[in-house]
Amino acid sequence: MSHAAEGASVHTASSPNTMVNFGFWVYLMSDVIIFSMLFTMFVTVQSHYNGGPQGHQIFELRDVFLETMALLFSSITFGLAMLNLHAEKKNGVLLWLAITFLFGATFVGLEVREFLNLVHHGAGPDTSAFLSAFFTLVGTHGTHVTFGLIWIAVMFGQVAVKGISPKVGSRLFRLSLFWHFLDIVWIVVFSTVYLAGVVQ
Amino acid sequence: MSHGNIDSDHQARLGGLNLTTYVTGFVLALILTAIPFGAVMFGWFSPATTLIVIAVMAVIQILVHLFCFLHLDFSEDNRWNTASGAFTLLILVILVGGTIWLFASLMPRTMLMGG
Repeated sequence: MSHAAEGASVHTASSPNTMVNFGFWVYLMSDVIIFSMLFTMFVTVQSHYNGGPQGHQIFELRDVFLETMALLFSSITFGLAMLNLHAEKKNGVLLWLAITFLFGATFVGLEVREFLNLVHHGAGPDTSAFLSAFFTLVGTHGTHVTFGLIWIAVMFGQVAVKGISPKVGSRLFRLSLFWHFLDIVWIVVFSTVYLAGVVQ
Repeated sequence: MSHGNIDSDHQARLGGLNLTTYVTGFVLALILTAIPFGAVMFGWFSPATTLIVIAVMAVIQILVHLFCFLHLDFSEDNRWNTASGAFTLLILVILVGGTIWLFASLMPRTMLMGG
């Protein structure tokens, strides 16, 4: 597994089977464990309302749907950035990275607004075990997306300044793994927390 | 991990990376998101059926994302990614399943019901 030789092309550097990419994959797997424990915690205490509001009373599914769409659109726009990377079109990469950033920022903005609304209406994390677990789980995902946005901004700068080099391409590949991974975690969040929470 | 020739090596690397794969994944993800949201917001099914629909759609959509966006398959190139993923899944089932099972049986016996 040593494709990352000196002077490798963009294609080789962003190939899935380099050691550094595998290392990042193992990090993602450890993140899967973290999220799965937060999901477990949420499921075990989700009916402990402590006299506070229940899921169906506080969740706005319309906003959750908008958040879901924002992340899904950001996934395909990141895919288009990767296609432009492989075609070695620098401006295309910059354009689609910027659009991905806007969709990601929309997601975080909607989530922050939701959190502020909940706290304002007396449904903060200190209200009940259910809400503590909710804020911890959804907040951890939102924090990941926020760090993803910082990473996208950094990579935008690197592509703009350094151009499309094998190293930059390799970093973009790992960022794409991170970004698509967060969308997968969100699928479990909207299914387990929001949709199932409103049905019950 | 050796590869036959330059051409097949190149193909393997760019295998999953094309516009058709991304668009297919995107459209499938849209449908697989719309169905559970519609089921909950418009009350298409009974609550029990709705929960099953949500779970099934989520699992299918995760697979769609893995194949179409993360380009993970069971090829030689992805062997170690798949192996570490399978190990993670095993740990996940033991931790998550075990914990939920434990608490589910603990609550009724200790009267720690939600209040």
